[in-house]
Amino acid sequence: MPDMNAIADRVASATPPHVGKAIRGLSDRSIAWIFVAPTMILLLAINIFPLIWTVYLSFTNYASNRPNRAVVNVGLKWYQDILSSPEVWAAMQATAHFVFWTIFFQTLIGFGLAYLIDRKFRGHAFWTTIILIPMMLSPAVVGNFWKFLYQPQIGLFNYVISFFTGIPPSSFEMLGSVTLAPWAIVIVDTWMWTPYVMLICLAGLRSIPDYIYEAAEVDRASKWRQFWSITLPMALPFIMLAVLFRGIENFKMFDMVVLLTGGGPGSTTELASITLKRQAFEAYRTGYSSAFAIILFVVVFGLANIYVRALNKVKQR
Amino acid sequence: MSGASTAHSVVEPSAATKRIAAFLVILYAVITMVPLAWIFATAWKTPPDSIAYPPKVVFDPSLEGYCNLFTTRSRQTQDYIAELGPPQGTCDTVTRQREMVIVGPSNYVPRFINSLIIAFGSTFLAVSLGVFAAYAFSRFKIPLKDDLLFFILSTRMMPPIAVAIPIYLMYREVGLSDSALGMILLYTAVNVSLAVWLLKGFIDEIPREYEEAAMIDGYTRLQAFFKVVLPQAATGIAATSIFSLIFAWNEYAFAVLLTSGTAQTAPPFIPTIIGEGGMDWPAVGAGTTLFLIPVVVFTVLLRKHLLRGITFGAVRK
Repeated sequence: MPDMNAIADRVASATPPHVGKAIRGLSDRSIAWIFVAPTMILLLAINIFPLIWTVYLSFTNYASNRPNRAVVNVGLKWYQDILSSPEVWAAMQATAHFVFWTIFFQTLIGFGLAYLIDRKFRGHAFWTTIILIPMMLSPAVVGNFWKFLYQPQIGLFNYVISFFTGIPPSSFEMLGSVTLAPWAIVIVDTWMWTPYVMLICLAGLRSIPDYIYEAAEVDRASKWRQFWSITLPMALPFIMLAVLFRGIENFKMFDMVVLLTGGGPGSTTELASITLKRQAFEAYRTGYSSAFAIILFVVVFGLANIYVRALNKVKQR
Repeated sequence: MSGASTAHSVVEPSAATKRIAAFLVILYAVITMVPLAWIFATAWKTPPDSIAYPPKVVFDPSLEGYCNLFTTRSRQTQDYIAELGPPQGTCDTVTRQREMVIVGPSNYVPRFINSLIIAFGSTFLAVSLGVFAAYAFSRFKIPLKDDLLFFILSTRMMPPIAVAIPIYLMYREVGLSDSALGMILLYTAVNVSLAVWLLKGFIDEIPREYEEAAMIDGYTRLQAFFKVVLPQAATGIAATSIFSLIFAWNEYAFAVLLTSGTAQTAPPFIPTIIGEGGMDWPAVGAGTTLFLIPVVVFTVLLRKHLLRGITFGAVRK
């Protein structure tokens, strides 16, 4: 574009030298700050400012449905209430059950699948893509349509179970029974997120170089021995990374479970986030729920930190 | 295929092993697709067929689910319907067979459009901000760089309900409640952390020599960024955009708490589709199908970058 160049030349010659120098010589340091600042400002406005506000609210009696009531400082009252509330402990137990068993099944099945896919049979790439689909879907929409599959009598899930076991399909309710509902949410989460663990494990398995196995063959190590002394230890950091991400995500779990069970029956599947939502947006106990939010955040953050340290130790080995 | 050359390699699994692995993986893939196939099929059933026992695998396809998804209807007497003119189009016919008449469009299309606006708006903003920040983190010495990066990531660890409490109050103060702009800003803040981490990984892989060569040729740092780095990072930007889009598209917790009418997206709307006497499962199936198809397509397109996306760039292949 000759015209553009001509214009640029004229602009250049007309620009006073010191201004030109200021623009051209925009130092890397200033560029760095100009590039990073917008992201930081947005995060400060939408994440950090609200977080500080939450901390403040957690010491007050503020209720969002009564904005004009005088705000009174209540000190650590809400924190004491929460830590001694049986409701909160029940929610924490439900969450622990959910997090533990989803991670257990997802790691087991996910690693197994990754191991099988790593046998590199014909068409493995295609089937891997098919298996990955559930984890990309909207958890809320997934919860909603699994509710349909879990319908007693007419639901596909009950029908399939009765087909294989002979138990009458109307004799059990996955979502209505106190004993089955905690497992119903584990099943859906495992269906949805096993591919996630599988994908990370697969990367781990593929990171093990062939020559290690070749050396093991030369030393006549059995396949069984190779699996326990090479495959598993070398894939372990990847498995732990998957467990970390799943653990954090499932500790925060809200959408899928709300649409499946709404926390019921009773409060058997009322996870911590659901209790939090009830307190904040149904009971309008804003101060109390702010304190609960802070406690949850500290728990996630603390666990993640401890876990990352353990992960680094494993990596160094 | 290079099968012939590696057939005798000690690390190549035997043909029998491959066959067993293929059988198990394909079995899992087929089972995992059953719930999705079932909801897609339900969209084409009539309401009685959708709740039949035993569940109907073979059925006469009907457009009733899609008709009910897009319309609102009211029950009328046979005499009233007989007095109306001939039915206009398929949906009219289907509806009249149920002794009902169409009274207007449903909210599905507006909710779907809201989802599109909010997902694209937030993705555009998050990726634009993210690419600048990622470049700065990748190329420049920034004090406390690792801490800042960890801070950006840690904003994702907060439970969404905990963030929603102060955001709800803040938006009420500044008039952003139930507005598309409010949701765009919120999703941008959530997505920008993913964008920075992913894009930093992609930009790290572009050799610095490219920009340095351009700068020796007289480009300024900014010109080198726009004309050399951005085109090189195009794949990464595309992959990051799709991840942001999918997150915003799927999001439920913020949407259900912070929007009620005008800015409501599809995920909180789909579970509210009800017919007479309970859920209208064919309409839910139709709404779910239309909502999930774009994500399934994007998943297939993204398959090479999925691993990166789901681990925030921690694992690359």
